[in-house]
Amino acid sequence: MKILTLVRQVPDAEARVKINAGSVDLEGTTLVIDGMDEYGVEEALRLREGGASVEEIVALAVGPKRVEDALRTALAMGVDRAIHIETDEKLDPIALSRIVAQVAQAEGAGLILVGGQEADWDSQALGAATAERLGWPQLTWTNELRVEGDSLTGRHDVDDGNESFRASLPAVVTTQQGLNEPRYPTLPNIMKAKRKELRKDSLEQYGVQPTVRVVNAEIQTRARLNKMIDGKDPQTAAEQLLDLLRNEAKVLA
Amino acid sequence: MILIVAEHAGGKLAKSTLEMVTAARESGREGPVTVLVLGQGTTEIANAAAAVADQVLVADLPSLATYNTELWAAATTQIAQEGEAHTVIIGGSRSGREYAPRVAVRLDAPYLEDAIHLASTGAALQAQRYTYLARVTETVEAEGPVVVVSVKPGAFAPAAPLAAAGEQYDVELDLPAPRVEVTGRSVEKTSRVALTEADVIVTGGRGVGNPENFSLYVEGLADRLGAGVGATRAVVDAGWRPYAEQVGQTGKTVQPKAYVALGVSGAVQHLSGMGKSRYIVAINKDAEAPIFKVADYGIVGDVNQIVPALIEAARK
Ligand SMILES: Cc1cc2nc3c(=O)[nH]c(=O)nc-3n(C[C@H](O)[C@H](O)[C@H](O)COP(=O)(O)OP(=O)(O)OC[C@H]3O[C@@H](n4cnc5c(N)ncnc54)[C@H](O)[C@@H]3O)c2cc1C
Repeated sequence: MKILTLVRQVPDAEARVKINAGSVDLEGTTLVIDGMDEYGVEEALRLREGGASVEEIVALAVGPKRVEDALRTALAMGVDRAIHIETDEKLDPIALSRIVAQVAQAEGAGLILVGGQEADWDSQALGAATAERLGWPQLTWTNELRVEGDSLTGRHDVDDGNESFRASLPAVVTTQQGLNEPRYPTLPNIMKAKRKELRKDSLEQYGVQPTVRVVNAEIQTRARLNKMIDGKDPQTAAEQLLDLLRNEAKVLA
Repeated sequence: MILIVAEHAGGKLAKSTLEMVTAARESGREGPVTVLVLGQGTTEIANAAAAVADQVLVADLPSLATYNTELWAAATTQIAQEGEAHTVIIGGSRSGREYAPRVAVRLDAPYLEDAIHLASTGAALQAQRYTYLARVTETVEAEGPVVVVSVKPGAFAPAAPLAAAGEQYDVELDLPAPRVEVTGRSVEKTSRVALTEADVIVTGGRGVGNPENFSLYVEGLADRLGAGVGATRAVVDAGWRPYAEQVGQTGKTVQPKAYVALGVSGAVQHLSGMGKSRYIVAINKDAEAPIFKVADYGIVGDVNQIVPALIEAARK
């Protein structure tokens, strides 16, 4: 089985987000491999280390030149090779899924691992849209995964709890924390990664256009009252807080 | 027509469905607002939907007794095509956001995900949505013969009943065999108000100390205030509380009138799930905790002292 793991590059969670002329400006922002995708990369490696017959692990990224760094991280973690479809075009998940499906087919992938929610677009759509394009089943929000032959079992979160599941490969699995603890690339592996294949494709090869336009972006922080109540005397503080919630905010009866 | 897929649980229509009806009416898209009810034993659900919609389509089938991604995607697509829907609205729950992209791909439609506001501009449908861990509000737009939208729970006001109930029709579906076999299910039941429906939420973080204190303080205060109970990821990971209570990037997104955070640090991933609450209250012993930056009312203090006093004071 060949595993395709999708890698995106997003601002570090603690980084400040800036807006410039109505769109998010990542200039000077620390960018990292999306944590959710990192669980997918790690899981691919663990499946192989755990004895599943994994022929090859390929990392795929679509995005500007800098996205190479995220792929290098995946290579240093242990994936075998990487494909970078270089473009400055912002592609929504539905458009992106068209590319991923093409790559999966060309590569003959049997399992696709992708983060459950993107830390930049806050989207959960890529895994599901890709599964639909390929006509594969999908398991989202997975926190336990086993592969034996072409059988996939594990556990994942659903609306009101969690489910254990069984499905056949090929399939798309979306990953989240709890699934594993991603490893840090070691220096020797970072060196080794430099010699691994990182293929460059162009967007034109895939004939994909965005289906959603971004019109505007703004930072909208609600102005907060920031009223501090002195906590030295718990009784007084408690009464004061309840009074404010009842009579100023009017959110309690 | 505008097609809405009803969300329901425990035999009742969920508030999110009423919110989707409002989203449909505010979207500026024309045509009857149609609610599709998928499930088994759906009479009460369909009646509740009919109170707010122009028409209700019902598929009451044993195979739809529990949610399944592929069945929901197939059913929604089929009805959207037969009814020539130009707008398909799906709930922004975990399951909704799981099958909505499949519907979009099947209909060859663009997908506006997790919308908090909808408006028509010419041929395009515009949506606002939160991005970058809910720190940015983006406006996006798409057009096409049909557009698929998922709507964030809590972002729209629930629709009020119409003067006359909408007509109900049974629909026939041609459904595929599900390919994912569910071999076990663990439902996290809570007798409290569901987090996405609660006006007030009391959330405990690791600062609460241990599971016993969580019951004592967080549940104790929630009971006093008639509130829902939330938890941070740290608390869920530690096994103190079920995942169903987790608020944040990978948990639930909530938007209550009042959000009371006890011993919660206020990490960005947590803020992304509750940062849009109308009023935020924080009790934390560290005056520098990031939660105070987003708080309307804050008390620097020990939960062991402040919360019992609060429970006591709320009794009066
Ligand atoms: C990809 C990703 C997704 C994540 N998703 C989520 C998510 O959905 N939800 C979520 O919550 N987190 C999420 N996290 C985790 C998040 O980053 C934080 O680790 C987590 O929110 C911290 O929980 P906490 O505030 O309970 O604990 P801590 O960070 O340990 O904070 C405890 C707080 O309690 C205070 N305190 C301690 N003792 C007392 C006392 N006696 N009285 C009063 N205050 C006290 C401390 O000052 C501190 O501020 C995610 C992380 C990642 C990487």
